[in-house]
Amino acid sequence: MEVKQPHIKSIPYAEFKDNDTLEQIMKELNEGGVNVVVGSLDQAINWGRSNSLWSLTFATSCCGIEFMSVGCARYDFARFGFEVTRNSPRQADLIMCAGTITNKMAPVMRRLYDEMADPKYVIAVGGCAISGGPFKSSYHVVRGIEEIVPVDVFIPGCPPRPEAILYGMMQLQRKVKVEKFFGGANRKEKKPIVITDVPKDFDKDKE
Amino acid sequence: MKLNNIVLNANDFANEMAKLRNEKHFDFLVTIVGEDFGEEGFGCIYILENTQTYERISVKVVAADRNNPFLPSVTHLWKAADLMEREVYDFFGIKFVGHPDMRRLYLRSDFKGYPLRKDYDMDPEKNKPNMFDDPEPDYTLQYSLDKDGNLVENRHKLFGEDDYVVNIGPQHPATHGVLRLQTILDGEVIRKIYPHLGYIHRGVEKISEGYTYPQTLAFTDRLDYLSATMNRHALVGVIEEAMEVELTDRIKYIRTIMDELQRLNSHLLFYSCCAQDVGALTAFIYGMRDREQVINVMEETTGGRLIQNYYRIGGCQADIDPNFVQNVKKLCAYMKPMFKEYQDVFTGNVIMENRFKNVGVLSREDAISYGCTGGTGRATGWKNDVRKHHSYGVYDKIDFKEITYENGDSYDRYMVRMKEMEQSVHIMETLIDNIPEGDFYIKQKPIIKVPEGQWYFSCEGSRGEIGVFLDSKGDKSPYRLKFRPMGLPLVSALDTMLKGEKIADLIAVGASLDYVIPDIDR
Amino acid sequence: MFDFSIVTTWFDSLLRDTCGLSSFWAILIECVLVGVFILAAYAILAILLIFMERKVCAAFQCRLGPMRVGPWGIFQVIADVLKMLIKEIFAVDKADKLLYAIAPILVLVGSVGAFSFMPWNNGATILDFNVGIFLMTAISSIGVIGIFIAGWSSNNKYSVISAMRGAVQMISYEMSLGLCLITAVILTGTMQVSGIVEAQSGPFGWLIFQGHIPAIIAFLVFLVTGNAEANRGPFDLAEAESELTAGYHTEYSGMGFGFFYLAEYLNLFIVAGVASMVFLGGWMPIHIGVEGFDKVMDYIPGIVWFIGKAFALVWVLMWIRWTFPRLRIDQILKLEWKYLMPLSLLNLVLMTIIVAFGWYIK
Repeated sequence: MEVKQPHIKSIPYAEFKDNDTLEQIMKELNEGGVNVVVGSLDQAINWGRSNSLWSLTFATSCCGIEFMSVGCARYDFARFGFEVTRNSPRQADLIMCAGTITNKMAPVMRRLYDEMADPKYVIAVGGCAISGGPFKSSYHVVRGIEEIVPVDVFIPGCPPRPEAILYGMMQLQRKVKVEKFFGGANRKEKKPIVITDVPKDFDKDKE
Repeated sequence: MKLNNIVLNANDFANEMAKLRNEKHFDFLVTIVGEDFGEEGFGCIYILENTQTYERISVKVVAADRNNPFLPSVTHLWKAADLMEREVYDFFGIKFVGHPDMRRLYLRSDFKGYPLRKDYDMDPEKNKPNMFDDPEPDYTLQYSLDKDGNLVENRHKLFGEDDYVVNIGPQHPATHGVLRLQTILDGEVIRKIYPHLGYIHRGVEKISEGYTYPQTLAFTDRLDYLSATMNRHALVGVIEEAMEVELTDRIKYIRTIMDELQRLNSHLLFYSCCAQDVGALTAFIYGMRDREQVINVMEETTGGRLIQNYYRIGGCQADIDPNFVQNVKKLCAYMKPMFKEYQDVFTGNVIMENRFKNVGVLSREDAISYGCTGGTGRATGWKNDVRKHHSYGVYDKIDFKEITYENGDSYDRYMVRMKEMEQSVHIMETLIDNIPEGDFYIKQKPIIKVPEGQWYFSCEGSRGEIGVFLDSKGDKSPYRLKFRPMGLPLVSALDTMLKGEKIADLIAVGASLDYVIPDIDR
Repeated sequence: MFDFSIVTTWFDSLLRDTCGLSSFWAILIECVLVGVFILAAYAILAILLIFMERKVCAAFQCRLGPMRVGPWGIFQVIADVLKMLIKEIFAVDKADKLLYAIAPILVLVGSVGAFSFMPWNNGATILDFNVGIFLMTAISSIGVIGIFIAGWSSNNKYSVISAMRGAVQMISYEMSLGLCLITAVILTGTMQVSGIVEAQSGPFGWLIFQGHIPAIIAFLVFLVTGNAEANRGPFDLAEAESELTAGYHTEYSGMGFGFFYLAEYLNLFIVAGVASMVFLGGWMPIHIGVEGFDKVMDYIPGIVWFIGKAFALVWVLMWIRWTFPRLRIDQILKLEWKYLMPLSLLNLVLMTIIVAFGWYIK
């Protein structure tokens, strides 16, 4: 028993890009072997999770409109199991961060991420969310949301086409499929964000 | 238009402005442009319009003291000045004496410095985001002058002890982005709304000052992404006017058609979002389905779905697609029966009428005072279509109706847009067969320099007047570039429209106003 | 018609006589079996209904709906449930932990309770008291309390507003709902579920035929109020996605939210089920007085009739939900107190007159 190659219906494995990353994850997970019972349970769970990724309706700018298009008649992401977009972060499984994150929005974004229940995933949609995009030289733009939250999938574009967004979501599905729920998850926050520069008198009034 | 500023002294500024407003009928404050005049000090340029003759003038006033600049407020004359002055204060630190609510508008309250001043350091390392919540003050500041001419600061409380305050936004499904409305509720009834902006403030105006003119073009499409071409038309227009570029008729025709396609696109999304916000999800999908048809047509020529990047200084990026004419005709034929379907699915619905009629009423006077242009203004009976009154492109050559309604409620705002879609189709049908031959691009110098001076040029965007103010010192990059956001007046009018209405109406009114937040925040 | 009570009586005698169990043990075993059946049917129906809603709404919206998970996406909902089961559950800081935990269970209890009154077949009504309908409305209103304390205990302002809305709306609409049922009871002369269904036998025996005008009015009002009771569009004010993010269950994750989600769909089924039980004859086949036709209809099992009617009504309710925009709170209350409630009262009087003078179809 081992963690298997992720399979997306009707799309061959080799047609996806960036398979090395997945193979690396699979290799790490397969070190030391996988118990048959636990492995089967994991497979069932991963099947459930990967086919039911509900995203938070979180859109700050242009990419959000394309994200709406993906949900509508022509592209219809409901076909793949992204059926419901939840407005409450508690019930969502992933944030599609569609749009620029500014300095003022950054703590809000972080809070939304913290409010989500595990397992949670982040997709950075568009140039702004990835690196700051065209507004990189601004005084008020976060240069990529990776500074704030750990990102699972990046979808480049300005804004990415709906097909690209679907592809990115499928990549996330593949990533979810090579996870272990029992016996150590492979997903960790890369660098914990410690808030140090809170002013001393902050929150004083509230107590 | 090239601005010939009436320069006023800060001391008799308030009186002169009152005269302009009350005696000469300059009752529409188009925009306030804050500017760092260098040696002269910080100042503002007010662009005013006479709503009877559509004449425009500009007024310049400078606060002499660079260290502690202040100017008299004009909020008592134009309600629009409320948020505009806060914007100037936020970016330049000019304090407006007599303004009731002098807080920061776009930036966090712990932001240090004033970013649009020329001496502000934009270094990314020095502008890292704070990861803790904004320590917002719960009071407003009002400045007044004492006998000796010194600034005195008064504090007013924002909330009472028992107020039930709900933050609608910044992440909320119905605010169309990241607008935050701090709402005081009394049960379901709204008592007061404080808008908080800036959650998507990207500093476009400041970045533009460091870029060359062709580089600045890229930002316009990303301001109000639903009127991408109109935004760009405004910026390209102001630069071309300043450089005195003579455009061929072909360019003008193409641009006009593209603008109308974009308007159709945007209004379809408006229809969809209106339906979605009041819970009719099927109507939402119908609107989005037809929007894809419009996008198809645009995409074949421009290559972009949402963001077109099509216009450039001196013309367009490329000639129109060979199939363009045919596709537009097909689209027009396709759209006409669809308007009937929208009528059946959503507009004629009794629940929709109950939700929209007599909700969020804005009077004509308020619309003008707040500067609510576009569909919102026209729903009150104020004729403010830039295409008619400050014509550009080939709008002066074609016959189209300026849609106006009387009541100024959500339903009228909605109907204005629905009728405008039909007008857009009409305009396209008139133009599409007559696109003249000619160049699609007039060759410009490799380095574009704009002669010294100040210009203002506006276009009719999807939700109001999108204007661009350009101050050039003769360099290859603008000295000051300022966009007049279409949505800012709409947001400032929210409180007036919604006092005493229900929370559900906030959503319905927000949907009918159709603001796009990145356009407000820039 | 096949009488399911043959099976139940046989099983009872099997336990008591053949196995020689005492009365206590026999009843215990039967109760456990019935309970398992209810819960299983509940879960399966919920999954079916959610899948149906996705496909129906997709069809209305020119989409395809779930397609990839299993053939035509039939395993989609199972994947959703599986995911929700293992999603992290946490209590919100400063929430009222006890109420927060109880609320979803209360909602579920209310809907499972009401669900147990469904007349599945001749002789297969699980709870069959002599005050059946009355008790059912009483049990189903536990759900209101669940919604209310869910909103209250979440320590979230949206939830509180939503809880107020939910409580006001559901308590108001229970009036008309009850009146409609009473209108029906006047004609049937019994509140017992099996009795109500029995009373609708014979040619054109369904209540909407039997009681003609007042019954049809009551049926339509019942559909409206039932829709409001189930908190579904255009009456989904409590959830009001675009206004209050997710309403009373904003702060619930994982299965807490799952319970609300399941209960919403089951309430939909219950409304449709009760409507078909009271007004459309429950498991009773359609009879028109022509013997051959009636016999053929009798060959179709009662459970098919009942589920068929219920799902047809569910489909109608889904159609309504995906067509209409949402009402506003004052409009909802106006509709109830100014129009539906007086209408149902008048209707009640009308029905009484009709029954008293015997003007109904016998």
